Amino acid sequence: MTTAVQAPTPPAKAVGPMRQDRRRGVGRFAALLLSPTVLVLALVIGYPIVSALRLSFQVTHQGINPTTGMVENTSHVGLANYAGIFSGDSASQFWNAFWNTTTFTVAGVAIETVIGVAMALIMHKAFRGRGIVRASVLVPWAIPTAISGLLWKWIFQSDGIANTVLHTHVLWTTEGFHAWGAVLIADVWKTAPFIGLLALAGLQVIPGEVYEAAKVDGSGPWRTFFRITLPLARPALVVAVLFRMLDALRMFDLPFVLIGAHKHSVETLSTFAWYEASNLRYGTAAAYSTVLFLYIAVVAFVFVKVLGADLIGRGVEGKKK
Amino acid sequence: MRIKRSMARRAVAALGVLALAGSLAACGDSGDDSASGAKPDKLTGVGPITLATGKDTTGTLNEILAEWNKAHPDQKVTLTELPEDADQQRQQMVQNAQTKSDAYTILNLDVVWTSEFAANGWVEQLPENEFAMDKYLAPVVKTAKYFNKLYAAPYASDGALLYYRTDLLKQAGVAKPPTTWDEMKADCAKVLKLPAGKGMSCYGGQLDKYEGLTVNFSEAVDSAGGEVVGSDGKPNVNTPEAKKGLDFLVDGVKDKTIPKDALTWKEEETRRGFESGKVVFARNWPYIYALMANKKDAGNKVAGKYNVAPIPGLSGPGKGTLGGHNLAISKFAKNKKTALDFIKWFTSEKNEKTWLTKNSQAPVYGSLYDDPALQKQFPYLSTLKQSIEKAEPRPAIVNYGDATAAIEEQAYAAISGSKSSAQALKDLQTNLTKITSKDK
Repeated sequence: MTTAVQAPTPPAKAVGPMRQDRRRGVGRFAALLLSPTVLVLALVIGYPIVSALRLSFQVTHQGINPTTGMVENTSHVGLANYAGIFSGDSASQFWNAFWNTTTFTVAGVAIETVIGVAMALIMHKAFRGRGIVRASVLVPWAIPTAISGLLWKWIFQSDGIANTVLHTHVLWTTEGFHAWGAVLIADVWKTAPFIGLLALAGLQVIPGEVYEAAKVDGSGPWRTFFRITLPLARPALVVAVLFRMLDALRMFDLPFVLIGAHKHSVETLSTFAWYEASNLRYGTAAAYSTVLFLYIAVVAFVFVKVLGADLIGRGVEGKKK
Repeated sequence: MRIKRSMARRAVAALGVLALAGSLAACGDSGDDSASGAKPDKLTGVGPITLATGKDTTGTLNEILAEWNKAHPDQKVTLTELPEDADQQRQQMVQNAQTKSDAYTILNLDVVWTSEFAANGWVEQLPENEFAMDKYLAPVVKTAKYFNKLYAAPYASDGALLYYRTDLLKQAGVAKPPTTWDEMKADCAKVLKLPAGKGMSCYGGQLDKYEGLTVNFSEAVDSAGGEVVGSDGKPNVNTPEAKKGLDFLVDGVKDKTIPKDALTWKEEETRRGFESGKVVFARNWPYIYALMANKKDAGNKVAGKYNVAPIPGLSGPGKGTLGGHNLAISKFAKNKKTALDFIKWFTSEKNEKTWLTKNSQAPVYGSLYDDPALQKQFPYLSTLKQSIEKAEPRPAIVNYGDATAAIEEQAYAAISGSKSSAQALKDLQTNLTKITSKDK
């Protein structure tokens, strides 16, 4: 594990003027080779972000000429689109969407992680038909989200399978907590395999002798799991959870297809921004998207910087010492 | 380990950026379009054009286009197929307009989009004297006009029909379909007492929270003598008449005349509910008539056992809401003269007849509904004509998307019982007033 850190560094004395020149040349050549990639990234990622940021500060007032009926828009630069988040008609809708986005992410990822790790543990065991189990667990992940949304819509319709199996008569796709639950179930079904797969990758790099040693020391299965399996699989698991969180924060298609557009119980920041844009309020749509962007950035930063770094560092180095 | 960590961090950063770039890029640029003009501009330019329309799964469209293209080799019409979903069709047409692209020449607009496209100056005003205005069904023309100017040519219509079970009504001794809500409830009570009516509900419509709810709500309000938006363009829903209309739906759900399931019903769910014998009466569009007649599967219990009538109202036949499509010419297109010629030919009586016989699309000309041969093929035609002639267009509001969302919001709150109908209408009046009076 430590070999990568202690890569041999050349002694400083050996660097003469010739060498430095050559190095600079190599650096320039590398920059030249990389420039097309940088250019493409700037066009594909940089430009849309800057353009959306600019758009989010453009405040548009719509007016309709009373004699001709024509729309006459005036727009200026300002902060009104962002101020609308805190006051006005759309504030409550925004915070409702923000709350849904957050609860979907927290509840969804927590459940997915537990189920995903359980799946990985099963897939990791050597038994007959393991290949089939591994492949079948991945089927939900392989189905496009919109299609799985349709499938779950059938399951959750008033005379659907869900009500038949549960002997209930819940109208899942109407407004209310049950709609939130339906989306959560469908999301967990679809994405737990993703965590399962990444956790499995983490399990497979744990050397067998560690387990043998644990056995010799008389460690029980729970102790082995919490003291050995989990800490050693943690790096992979943290990445998996982080990816899922970033994915869940921008959830769009599942609530949209499964429950429907503009239903407040399942409206996320993405669907709310879409709704604003489709009603030609691009300024506010861009502002909400920007807020979502910052929200995701902060979550990623906190996760990697605080939780991620600490967890991985202690988990591995602590063991070593 | 450190390398792994930094890689993960970088991957995470890249992923976050990518994820957002997508959602941000989806928002286009808004322009400051203002347009003016009292008389229609002369439409000029001859040459190839495109027709932007939703998917046609029957192949009829291609046949009709081939006929035109054969006769006009230098003014060919190319089909630009848009997604099946109406919202996405609108979105693509809006994007086309905002980038001022000439990719779409003729736009196949849903009737409720006319005001928005006209007010934003995205479509050309059309010369009324070049169309047979007196031959169209009157309410259909209303959907093509904005501020009393013609912005689109009527192309397809659609009206509400009350589907009812002939077998059950006969067994219950009901001679003719109901014309009022009270009659419908009384007839229903008789049917539900029959052994065959066990477990059935009375009436179903499209009450899920989507565009269909706006349609059903407007119908109920109009059928009770109320109005959603007055002739002066101002919302007027906080009235006793509108309340009676909304209460038809609210009380219906409460006293189980309308099954609670209907809160999840769109058109297709309504059809399935009617087909499987859940409801005695159902409100739907004409398109399901042929579907239910020809479908021979276990879920369809009603083949040969249903008929249609005009939808009922408070004290007499109700007023339906108009559906349908109009054809408009994009402001930013080339060869607009060809486009106008094509629209005139495409919506001619001859072609409308083809649409009716091949796709059972409701024509916009009154005369076709009276054709005995066609009536034989489509037994619902005369009922549909009555329905369309009495129908009201949905509110002509520029910000239609906001208006329909507000209507859905309040109507849904009332029907699902989270708000009283009086409060819902009061809130709706406030919201609609805000939406329609967005002046400087």
